[in-house]
Amino acid sequence: MTASTHSNSGAASKKDGGFLSSLRGFFGSQEGILLIVIIVLMVAVGTSNPRFLSQTNLKDVFAANAYIAVAALGVSMVIISGNIDISSGALVGVLITLSGNLAVGLADAGWPLMLVNIIAWVAPLIGGMVIGAVNGFFVAYLRIPAIVVTLGMFSILKGGLILVAGGNTIYNLPEGYTIAQQDWLGIPSTIYFMVILTIVVFLWLRYSATGRSIYAVGGNAEAARLSGINTRRVIMITFILNGLMVGICSLMLATQFNQIQATAPPGLEMFVITAAVVGGVSILGGTGTVLGSTLAAILVKTIGSAMVFINVSPYWLKAVQGTLILVTVLVDVLRRRRQSRQ
Amino acid sequence: MTVSSNEAPAQSGFSLRALLIRQEFILFVITIVGVLLLATQSDKFLTVDNILNQGRLVTEVALVALPMTLIIITGGIDLSVGSIMGVCAIVLGYSWKNLGFPLELAIAFTLVVGLVAGLLNGLFIVRLGLPPLIMTLATFALYRGLAEGISQARSVRGYPDWFFEMGQKNFMSYEKGVPNQLIIVVIAAVIVGIILARTPFGRGLYAIGNNEMGARFSGIPVFLYKLVIYSFSGFMAGMAAWIYVSRVSTTRSDMGTGLELDAIAAVVIGGTSIFGGSGTIIGTVIGLILIQLLKNGLALSGVKGDSTTIVVGLVLILAIVLNNFIQNPPEWFKRRFASS
Repeated sequence: MTASTHSNSGAASKKDGGFLSSLRGFFGSQEGILLIVIIVLMVAVGTSNPRFLSQTNLKDVFAANAYIAVAALGVSMVIISGNIDISSGALVGVLITLSGNLAVGLADAGWPLMLVNIIAWVAPLIGGMVIGAVNGFFVAYLRIPAIVVTLGMFSILKGGLILVAGGNTIYNLPEGYTIAQQDWLGIPSTIYFMVILTIVVFLWLRYSATGRSIYAVGGNAEAARLSGINTRRVIMITFILNGLMVGICSLMLATQFNQIQATAPPGLEMFVITAAVVGGVSILGGTGTVLGSTLAAILVKTIGSAMVFINVSPYWLKAVQGTLILVTVLVDVLRRRRQSRQ
Repeated sequence: MTVSSNEAPAQSGFSLRALLIRQEFILFVITIVGVLLLATQSDKFLTVDNILNQGRLVTEVALVALPMTLIIITGGIDLSVGSIMGVCAIVLGYSWKNLGFPLELAIAFTLVVGLVAGLLNGLFIVRLGLPPLIMTLATFALYRGLAEGISQARSVRGYPDWFFEMGQKNFMSYEKGVPNQLIIVVIAAVIVGIILARTPFGRGLYAIGNNEMGARFSGIPVFLYKLVIYSFSGFMAGMAAWIYVSRVSTTRSDMGTGLELDAIAAVVIGGTSIFGGSGTIIGTVIGLILIQLLKNGLALSGVKGDSTTIVVGLVLILAIVLNNFIQNPPEWFKRRFASS
């Protein structure tokens, strides 16, 4: 019960107060804290090394890693529903390989370029949803813990990718395929993906019946079931949507450069889970928003970039990441304890 | 409460049917069939040399799979073992090469670091009530990050010859024979197996997995037991690091990547319920043998190296589906077979 009240506390304070108290509510929330931390970090590093705030670097911070934020949208939904997905890194590897090989193969076969590109863009989305549905089926209907299903899926996909693609690099991508390299109105296309998808998922989770039932299932699955929510269907939906987001993430990654490395990007699933958890999606299920996960994805990338500019070895990034997760989870647990005492 | 029925079948006396549906037995049959099938694919597969060599290769996974069995029996999980192995390997190399520790001391220090890393997991899980999945997911990233940060991705080589004794030589330095580390694994498995099956501590672990609150009220020191098993897990990951570095003659920060997957797979395939409350060391040992022989047999029949993880993933998921089925058969199955 504490879970559902917590998730709505931001909305409640907005209703009964004016603009100022809603502002206070925002900066007291995880999202607000993250935003402040990002700004403070940028100003601090920017003063010590102004090149950090140069347009090229900011573009890199926001655009080049937008794909992590998009994948984090999906895994956030899964975590809110009380499950987890650690197969996303391997799935991304499979999907970028699928997309790249389709693009090159169909273009070589002489298909019209426009059609080739559309097929190569849509294929990873469908592939992601199919794998998501398989994961969801095992979790929702066969009642196998998500950690085991996705651990198994991770090794199946990773092994399968090595078997089929053998870590090749895919060259000669067709003209117009690399959509993530484009600028629209002077802003990198990946930023549009990140911002629009974040807003859509945020609103869907908050205002649609299915979206709200994801919180209910994560907060207390038994109570959700008794109040008439089809919990299996909800879990299935979260995994399929997660697959879709991983598919879009793969599309963004595949079209970012002029070649595609047919391997799973190492540690990507940890980046994604870090973003979700640090963004305030409680790993205990039932709370969190995707605004937070996107901000956290930006924060992780900002830290990574800042480390380069203040001459800290980037090899410490993973340790920073682990500490961030640990601290966030600790704060979450302590906050829940205090709430349950009240 | 169907769970507890699997835990101690011996109480109801010997029954052939109970034996036949034991996961350990089913696994044993699968293993034998698999080995025979793979043996037809390559004449190198079913040789004493190859089997003993596989024993050498499976050591690291086996060492962490033993405490993993105990942890999963209590309803927990430890995802950080691979990362602990990584950080321990780095500590071993770094403390010897950069801090100037004598190598013997460096080995001891490595084991202590492993123990402390596991203890830290246990303390957070016990004192703050963090779910093990989350705590060890965080330290999965943290410990690997420490390994990368301390080593700056540089490897350490040039160990003295005696150091390779453990990882590369056979018992009593015979030309052919049982690999040294395999002996350690067998001894460890026997000790852990006896402790789990025959001591109040072992029975306490099952009790925690079946009903933690009940276990606490019946006087079992739940917190202490959990601290012990998570620390043990870290310690064994440290052992695995030492033996692995000795086997491959070098230290790198990415050592032990994916170790947790192999260990969890072996435990779960061996019939330990992922929900806690049941499982045996014998099952885990059979699970380890099954996975390693499958991997090796496939590699010998020409399947590319790392792609054998497909089998691990598939067998893992199938084993759990099977386990669920046995422990909780659907109605139609019961109606058809249970009455006969």
